Amino acid sequence: MTTLIVIIGYFCLLLALGFFSNRLFRGTSKDYFVASHSIGPFLLLMSVFGTTMTAFALVGSTGKSFERGIGTYGLMASISGLVHAGIFFLIGIRLWAFGKKYGYITQIQFFRARFESDGLGYLLFPILVLLVVPYLLIGIIGAGKVIEPVTAGALPMLFDYPTKPDWLGGIPPWLTGLVVSIVVLSYVFMGGSRGAAYANTFQTIVFMIMGLVAFVFIVNALGGLDKSGKVPARITEKGSIVQDFSFDKKAGKLKANDPPKVIGKVMEPESSDLANRQPHLSRVPVTAEFKKKNPKTGELVSFERELGIPFWTFVTYLFIPLSVGMFPHLFQHWLTAKSAKAFRLTVIAHPLCIMIVWVPCVLIGAWASGILPPAIPPAAVLSKMLATLIDNQVLTGLLTAGVLAAIMSSLDSQFLCLGTIFTNDIVLHRSGPKKYSDKQTITIARLFIVVIVSLTYALAMLAKDANVFDLAIWCFSGFSALFPVVFAALYWKRATKQGVIASILAASAAWVYFFHLSGYGGEYFIGPGIVPAAVCFLVASVALVVVSLMTDPPSKETLKKFFPKLN
Amino acid sequence: MNGSQSSSGKSLVWLLFVVMFFAHQDFWWWDDSSLVLGFLPIGLAYHALFSIGCALLGWLAISKAWPTELEVFADEMEETDSTKI
Repeated sequence: MTTLIVIIGYFCLLLALGFFSNRLFRGTSKDYFVASHSIGPFLLLMSVFGTTMTAFALVGSTGKSFERGIGTYGLMASISGLVHAGIFFLIGIRLWAFGKKYGYITQIQFFRARFESDGLGYLLFPILVLLVVPYLLIGIIGAGKVIEPVTAGALPMLFDYPTKPDWLGGIPPWLTGLVVSIVVLSYVFMGGSRGAAYANTFQTIVFMIMGLVAFVFIVNALGGLDKSGKVPARITEKGSIVQDFSFDKKAGKLKANDPPKVIGKVMEPESSDLANRQPHLSRVPVTAEFKKKNPKTGELVSFERELGIPFWTFVTYLFIPLSVGMFPHLFQHWLTAKSAKAFRLTVIAHPLCIMIVWVPCVLIGAWASGILPPAIPPAAVLSKMLATLIDNQVLTGLLTAGVLAAIMSSLDSQFLCLGTIFTNDIVLHRSGPKKYSDKQTITIARLFIVVIVSLTYALAMLAKDANVFDLAIWCFSGFSALFPVVFAALYWKRATKQGVIASILAASAAWVYFFHLSGYGGEYFIGPGIVPAAVCFLVASVALVVVSLMTDPPSKETLKKFFPKLN
Repeated sequence: MNGSQSSSGKSLVWLLFVVMFFAHQDFWWWDDSSLVLGFLPIGLAYHALFSIGCALLGWLAISKAWPTELEVFADEMEETDSTKI
């Protein structure tokens, strides 16, 4: 019950922040959509970082490290630091400059003008919406999955049909999703992009602090950093995977397992030198077999898991963070910047913020391999570590608030962005800018946001059993396949309307093909471990270059407008 | 900053950006699970330092290759109608 009270308190704080940001709202559509280009360096950093980090930053990173080890950081985090910062510098500042000068609020407005094509907007619109919607579902489904287990037992008379018997009395996913949707809707509805920026800043600070707090408590429970380093699972000379320690809850400390507890065995070691290694502390790919209990029959069944990271997966994963260059919600955040100088802090501090959040979580995941049963769902590793080692309801509530903060700091920007592009790229574009007053424009955007939140909630309830993290990677892959379009728009004069349309169609076809092969949303690699995003990106790039060179270049006026002579 | 300084600064930033991509692969510590400071796996310590390197590269890019002219361009005229194509 204490955990639930802490979570409710967090929601109340957010609602209060929504009312506060509403008082700062200036009442114009420009303020609603891009905060009147008034956001300074710190708010920009926090809102951009909060938007790019989902629940994956806390929960997914720990789970992935539990499965594959510390290579998770290099695979997903450190490369994102480099690629994201590069994109903010090369793409973000340039788009901000064109947006400010020519009054663009959405990506589609920019692309329509740059490529002299109305139809391009109608082609991009459904693709962007279709890629953002699953991203929204991830947030709502993820929030539901996080809250139910940690609130189990809180209200058993009220919620007596739990997803799992152990979670009797926990807040059901439908209710969590509803509350999250209403809270996010309230502050986005009231404050627009300014409200989202303030809420993002608050929530980003919350989830960064909560990740560190969880880390400190877990290190103390394990007996300090030196002991923690010895905890991860180990491979014996005979190829068994063992846990050398277990956590004595009564004594509140680690105790040595004598003999070590066997939890699995190595299947096909690619390296013969694995004896006495802790596979979660390096990146050597090792296929292992573990056992888990069938919850219905109680029978032990085997399952395989690849530890470590295949070389080609590590190399080609760099294509996935390119997605931020095409996120429509990030475009909108960039446009809120007061000046180009506001980007400076983001370019420098974004990789450091990633490090602050991800390093502790990746370490916790690797340590968890030596304490928790291998069959535990990866998304439950962080909360299970806290429950096993700390068992403090207030801390669990605070950490859950941190996870919700990470989820909602992405949801708000995405809801706002969809409302913005519906309003500007469809309604105002069709009707002309003078048909509606400024106040009416804000009302239309707000109505769209309400409709989008409602539809997303309904879809999330239909798809409540989806694997949210695998779905996230597919969204990112789709956006990264569109990256050549934005890069060419800004840096290649010869890029043409036809080339860009060919690129979008080729990217979509390649993405749909691999999505089908993955079984519609599962983890999928090509050949020796190449991520589909790499192939989609290459296909899209080739189509863009070839078709552009085969067609007439853009007009001189357009080139002058987007490639001005700068002194 | 004069033109040649700006140009050499940009080249340096681009060169370091490419070097960082290669440095990210760190196959030399791929199978090393030894611990730094008794708790931090060397592969993770390297990539944490890599993140700090990214921040330093960002700082260098801002110092040596900042698009001042783009800022001036964005501010020098009033906005025009965004719906024109």
